[in-house]
Amino acid sequence: MSKKITIEPVTRVEGHGKVTIFMDDKNNVTQSRLHIVEFRGFERFVQGRPYWEAPVLVQRLCGICPVSHHLAAAKALDVIVGAGNGDGLTPVGEKMRRLMHYGQFFQSHVLHFFHLSSPDFLFGIDGDPLQRNIIGVAKANKDLAVQGVMMRKFGQEIIRLTAGKKIHGTGAIPGGINKNLTIAERDELLKGPDPLNADKMVEWSQAALEFFKNYHKANRPQVDGFAAFPSNHLSLVRKDGALDIYHGVLRAVDAEGNRILDDVDYHEYDKYIEEEVRTWSYMKFPYLKHLGKENGWYRVGPLARLNTCDFIPTPLAQKEFEEFKAYTNGKPNNMTLHYHWARLIEILHSAEVIRDLLNDPDLQSDDLVVKGKKQYEGVGVIEAPRGTLFHHYKIDENDLITMANLIVSTTHNNEPMNRAVNFTANEYMGGQQNITEPMMNAVEVAIRAYDPCLSCATHALGQMPLEMTLIGSDEQILDYKIKD
Amino acid sequence: MSNQIKIVIDGQEIITERGKTIVEVARENNIFIPTLCFFEGAEKKANCRICTIKINNRMMTSCTTPVVDGMEIENNTPELNDIRKSIIELLFVSGNHFCPACEKSGNCELQALAYRYQMMVPRFPYWFPKKQIDASNKKIIKEQNRCIACKRCIKTIFDEKGRRYFAFKNRGQKLEVVLDQVMGKTMSDEIAKKAMENCPVGSILYRETGFEVPIGERKYENEPIGSNLKG
Repeated sequence: MSKKITIEPVTRVEGHGKVTIFMDDKNNVTQSRLHIVEFRGFERFVQGRPYWEAPVLVQRLCGICPVSHHLAAAKALDVIVGAGNGDGLTPVGEKMRRLMHYGQFFQSHVLHFFHLSSPDFLFGIDGDPLQRNIIGVAKANKDLAVQGVMMRKFGQEIIRLTAGKKIHGTGAIPGGINKNLTIAERDELLKGPDPLNADKMVEWSQAALEFFKNYHKANRPQVDGFAAFPSNHLSLVRKDGALDIYHGVLRAVDAEGNRILDDVDYHEYDKYIEEEVRTWSYMKFPYLKHLGKENGWYRVGPLARLNTCDFIPTPLAQKEFEEFKAYTNGKPNNMTLHYHWARLIEILHSAEVIRDLLNDPDLQSDDLVVKGKKQYEGVGVIEAPRGTLFHHYKIDENDLITMANLIVSTTHNNEPMNRAVNFTANEYMGGQQNITEPMMNAVEVAIRAYDPCLSCATHALGQMPLEMTLIGSDEQILDYKIKD
Repeated sequence: MSNQIKIVIDGQEIITERGKTIVEVARENNIFIPTLCFFEGAEKKANCRICTIKINNRMMTSCTTPVVDGMEIENNTPELNDIRKSIIELLFVSGNHFCPACEKSGNCELQALAYRYQMMVPRFPYWFPKKQIDASNKKIIKEQNRCIACKRCIKTIFDEKGRRYFAFKNRGQKLEVVLDQVMGKTMSDEIAKKAMENCPVGSILYRETGFEVPIGERKYENEPIGSNLKG
């Protein structure tokens, strides 16, 4: 008798989602699906709006990384106002946007690691759920919890000073920015009292990396083996191959490290990337056209970025990157829980970049905006914390948007997340009659590694509401558990 | 007959002159009475009713009511403030006002009044009317979703011959303030910017300049509407 397990709602994935796991009569997992059941509609209702509203309007997609949408839209509109193809802004225009973006990267990654994932590392996947949350972290390791809170605050302050407010600001406008950074604002970030200054952030980023590496050393089989599977990886890289989260060209590598996409101008993304629609999910499944649906899917995000880039252009993060690459002998790293390792290296890189930018006098320039010959179509791509983010707009002769196509990071990771869920289901539920709390958390851990969007809504106290039902083929409920 | 008269607003005696309206006298004496359709120097029509005050237990609009000797006016009272709040709520529900993505946010009088009167959830159901954007003019965009039909653009935006750029079109629920298509072709940048400035909401937008003023430097962020006045 076959069975179907439903986990609903699984949040943190662009709103609401659910997991279904199908089992045969011997309780072996035959298929797993992560469904995204929420419909957003931003691509539709931005149509008919004046184009300059887009960066402010579409950022409302998200409360965690609105800066990514804000900047991706602004980059697309830079093209439309004739400010070049992503690299034509004034120095202060580009550097203020970079500061905003790295500030956001820093706070978003910190939020994910400290508030959401560290409970799993401190207490284990099968730890007491009453303890396995940020309050538990604060009780067990006060310094770690305080560092997480203060590091996130530092990133949020950067966003406030560059975008006007911490969430849903207006700093980036087509062709540039609407403010520079005053000396007083710069000094607030650069020389603020401990711990809220750039030097302390670099120091704490290094400490967080050490925390993870020690955990890894002590739990190598689990960290390396959990939901590990080979895949392609895609991201932006700087023209010279450096890690760059604001601008660059598209590069993809396969599981062995062969470049399957290289030096691609992202304005032509639609020549290379196709999206497949499956009837059971609102979230599409992107893939590389030339490899087809079966072989063209890929991962994005921290792990993918460190797999595609050649080096990191800041010294401390580069040293960590070399250790990361050496672990897999220079080959791409396909271990899902190593997303956390990569994310922590990116936190350190962000802290270093922020410190460097704050020392750059270009940030005090008044040459904020540049415009040229009007275009009627623009593409903007950026590396959001969770992966590559595409914004594509067309406008008419009256400046109103006629088409918007957004491919968000979580969408790229759709197939990999489904595979990670499938792995977890096989590993933890195969042959089981009853659903246990550790089983449910294992599913969370697999999804959580990818840090899917909207996690803010449910990560608040380290748990996401999960409803699991084990149903027999005769529709009889065999087991039911809920966690809220 | 002396031109000087005495009136009382919320218990405060004020010596003023005949011929002025209540709202003008209130402003001269640093007393806040909210306005939307009222615009200094333009004809007064009492379209929006937000300046409603009470005289002898009777509701009047202060922008059109002239002061009279001995007049006793109630202004800043819970009853009147709730009426004003309800008018703001009606304006919000009868249009499509999405402040987070509106470039007039922070400079918008309707939004500023909503904050002043602490509007949370409107007591009236949203109407969600189907409105269009007129983006055909090369200088401005007329965003009908946000228009509150206050007539300020009709009353204050003229060409050098005194011809109006804006006018009412249709009646009743279909009433709209529209830009004269022929006149619009002659609109200068200066006139277009003035039209946007005089509009109390985000219904008239000077093209391609949205969000250029950073958050923190917008008009009502540091000085909420009426905060420099009593009442």
